[in-house]
Amino acid sequence: MLQCIDLHIEQGNFIVSNINFKIDKGEYVVLMGKTGSGKTTILEAICGLRKVKSGQIILNTIDVTHMTPGQREIGYVPQDGALFVTMTVAENIGFALKIRKWSKTKIKDRVQELALLLGIDHLLKRSVANLSGGEKQRVALGRALSFYPEVLCLDEPLSALDDATKADIITLLQKLKNSLDIAILHISHSKEEAKELSSSILYL
Amino acid sequence: MSNTKLIAIKKENKHIKKHTVKSNLPFYLVMGIVASTYIILILAMVLADVFYTTPKHIFKALASTEIQYAIKLSLISSTITMLLSVVVAIPIGYFMARFNFRFKKIIDAIIDIPIILPPLVVGLSLLLLFQTVLGQFIESHLRVTYTVYGVVLAQFMVACAFAVRTMYVTFSQINNRQEQVALTLGCNEKQSFFYILLPQAKSGILTAASLAWARALGEFGPILIFAGATRMRTEVLPTTVFLEMSVGNIEAAVAVSLIMIASGFLVLLVVRLYGTKKNTI
Repeated sequence: MLQCIDLHIEQGNFIVSNINFKIDKGEYVVLMGKTGSGKTTILEAICGLRKVKSGQIILNTIDVTHMTPGQREIGYVPQDGALFVTMTVAENIGFALKIRKWSKTKIKDRVQELALLLGIDHLLKRSVANLSGGEKQRVALGRALSFYPEVLCLDEPLSALDDATKADIITLLQKLKNSLDIAILHISHSKEEAKELSSSILYL
Repeated sequence: MSNTKLIAIKKENKHIKKHTVKSNLPFYLVMGIVASTYIILILAMVLADVFYTTPKHIFKALASTEIQYAIKLSLISSTITMLLSVVVAIPIGYFMARFNFRFKKIIDAIIDIPIILPPLVVGLSLLLLFQTVLGQFIESHLRVTYTVYGVVLAQFMVACAFAVRTMYVTFSQINNRQEQVALTLGCNEKQSFFYILLPQAKSGILTAASLAWARALGEFGPILIFAGATRMRTEVLPTTVFLEMSVGNIEAAVAVSLIMIASGFLVLLVVRLYGTKKNTI
């Protein structure tokens, strides 16, 4: 469960305030708002990448407002994917597990499992440099899900994709929504996306 | 409706003269002439050296014990300077590129002091530094002035500034998004630095290292003042050129210059060939 209470974020002249919402396990919430309304800022604050001026971020009854990003264990998929360019697809997906000092075989199994779920098992040995937009999003999803987070944050995962790929990824996200029992927060400016995916919609 | 409008616009524009794109030749010609002038000048300089000397002179120079010592000291000291410079430049570049803090602009300017100072002034300032209480204390434990340590320190003071500049630019040009993702995946800053940022900076590190090495190899002014020009002790290749010229042995000076040009060029070329693989999507 993820809950934001009276969240207030300031960066220079830009202020996002009075953010209140709660996402339960199994829920898929789409956060909608115009460009520049602070959607990404809120997401980054939840992930711990941006300082919060006041208010609270609660993760399963624990106040994580002032914890480091790593301690929060939130899966994060940034808008551009931001895949690790010096690593292969498999290394990207297994990175969080390597940091957690999993054994090599366990990492390999988990990476394989996610790759099958995401339909990228044929790409594992490739470098990330020449992946298509849809493939990049799948790898970014795998990397974010690898360590079994209870919350997954997606920053406009469909905005840079062509229509056919977009439909594929929507199907994939629906599959994840139904098969993983986690809270998902998805940022979007498209009503259709929201309609197809969300269990509830938040407007900013 | 819109169709008829479009036709109307086309008709109206009929009397306008057709636009012709002029040839690109004059542009390329002027740019090319300006660009090649400098490169030809560099090559002409080197060729002048080559034609002045003969293989005999070069072999004679290579056979001299003093010059062999200078070659050895030059290569070793430049390599040590290169390693020190990169080790120092990486943290400075990282802090400058990734953090905002008070007096950042001032520190930014301080980093450039060794670049803008005349080399002789760097040597003189080092000499004065080692006259102070702190300098004397260090000297009482480890003699720096007029020793090979002095050679390395004099090279380092200048070469490091170039490495710092390079690392600063390198880190600034790398978007921090990947590091941020790494933090959410459970890294601390140290892990995201070593696993994510540093591997992306590989070609920048190579450039910084090669710049520092080349700069150190050619360094003369501060070494002359701070470490002296004693044969078989603090004589590096630029010192050899100076010493040979001062006794009128131009042939040896040119021969040593060519050895320096060849070795420096070779190192830079190798680094360029290995360092051009870009890690960008």
